Amino acid sequence: MIHKDTSDIEISLLLEAIFQKYGYDFRQYSQAHIRRRLMNRMKMTGFEYISQMQSEVLNDELFASKLLQDLSITVTEMFRDPAFYKSLREKVIPILKTYPFIKIWHAGCATGEEAYSMAILLQEEGLYDRTTIYATDFNQLALNQAKEGIFSNKMIKEYSVNYQLSGGKDSFSSYYTSNYDNVIMNQSLKKNIVWANHNLVTDSVFAEVNLILCRNVLIYFDKDLQNKVQELFNNSLINGGVLCLGSKESLCYTDFQEEYIELDKYQRIYKKRY
Amino acid sequence: MKHEAIVIGVSSGGMSAMKVLFSLLPKDFNIPIIIVQHLNARSDGQWIQLLNNESNLHVKEADEKEAIVAGNIYIAPPNYHLMIEKDKTFSLTIDERFNYARPSIDVLFESAAEAYKNTLIGIVLTGANHDGANGIKRIKEYGGLAIVQDPKTAECAYMPASAIAAITPDYILPLKNIVALLLKIDNPKSESE
Repeated sequence: MIHKDTSDIEISLLLEAIFQKYGYDFRQYSQAHIRRRLMNRMKMTGFEYISQMQSEVLNDELFASKLLQDLSITVTEMFRDPAFYKSLREKVIPILKTYPFIKIWHAGCATGEEAYSMAILLQEEGLYDRTTIYATDFNQLALNQAKEGIFSNKMIKEYSVNYQLSGGKDSFSSYYTSNYDNVIMNQSLKKNIVWANHNLVTDSVFAEVNLILCRNVLIYFDKDLQNKVQELFNNSLINGGVLCLGSKESLCYTDFQEEYIELDKYQRIYKKRY
Repeated sequence: MKHEAIVIGVSSGGMSAMKVLFSLLPKDFNIPIIIVQHLNARSDGQWIQLLNNESNLHVKEADEKEAIVAGNIYIAPPNYHLMIEKDKTFSLTIDERFNYARPSIDVLFESAAEAYKNTLIGIVLTGANHDGANGIKRIKEYGGLAIVQDPKTAECAYMPASAIAAITPDYILPLKNIVALLLKIDNPKSESE
């Protein structure tokens, strides 16, 4: 008989409780990641055992919403990985230019920094007016923040460097207005972004799109769940559509490797075969 | 005690320390090594190729979901945290910086301690940050072996000194003696030959 660690049993029961009560399914997330986030919350609340959080999560919605925020990663940047955005400009924009209307799905957009980056890039390439960006996340608080388009100015210097390195054609400061410690993104960037709540684990196809961006989301999922989400992406992309993953993500462990050709191997940009 | 993995945390002064370490470990060294080196988020990983050229073992960036096997030295990719799952595969995350660092040594060490328990060896080398101190403590709690570079011999004494302040290491040694110790652990018979 193999004895599981007690804490593993507690974690699995807690995730089951969250799923049954609230419908958020973390059961196929990376275990090491989930454990670290739960242990942090446990220390903060002064509990001794993970199972104490189980009764709390079932009976206290405020605690449950805190835990959901813990388990949802909203770390992001404008023009994160400039080399990726440069490749997007050079290799994907020419494909998008051939379409009369463009639909883009930004899956797991968190607080929206990368969706705004995409809007900037499309404006500079003269494509934004005929584009709709569906920016989705399961974390409603993050989505609300994304919709506001107000960001702390602490990171702006870094973002400006990213923007320049990514092949930006203008000055980054022309895309926002400074207001005390914050910057407010230009209204014109928001007009074609549709912010929507969508859960990659439990929700299904909602549109047929030309381009999907889902970067640094799948690293949190186990192999089976990665495969399931890749199926969702494959069903949502038109033939010839483009899929962009994070720089450390790939199609290697999925059933869909043969469905795509590599447009940029290093930047993980794939084109769906006809 | 059979040791299944070695985790190493290294920061400022790390490049020359790793060169020494890698050049002294033989091709048939039978314990996988996993390293977090603090570096600039924009680093392109060229230096991994350079280190690979100087090493008898295969030096590579750790990939997500990759299975950990002997013969390899795995290095955390820049701008990601590296974690180890209980099935001895890697996970990468973009969680917030920890101890101002991503990758963070504590994040690797704590997950490695959970996965390998008392079969883990943790090593803290030169650096100017206290990252790794909590992680090495966790490794000790799980019964693993804690080795710290002698701060007097480290290019930057702060990180090994912080580790020594957090726990009583099993060994405090200069770099070359750490390698000798690892060789002895990997092949206990070699002494009598």
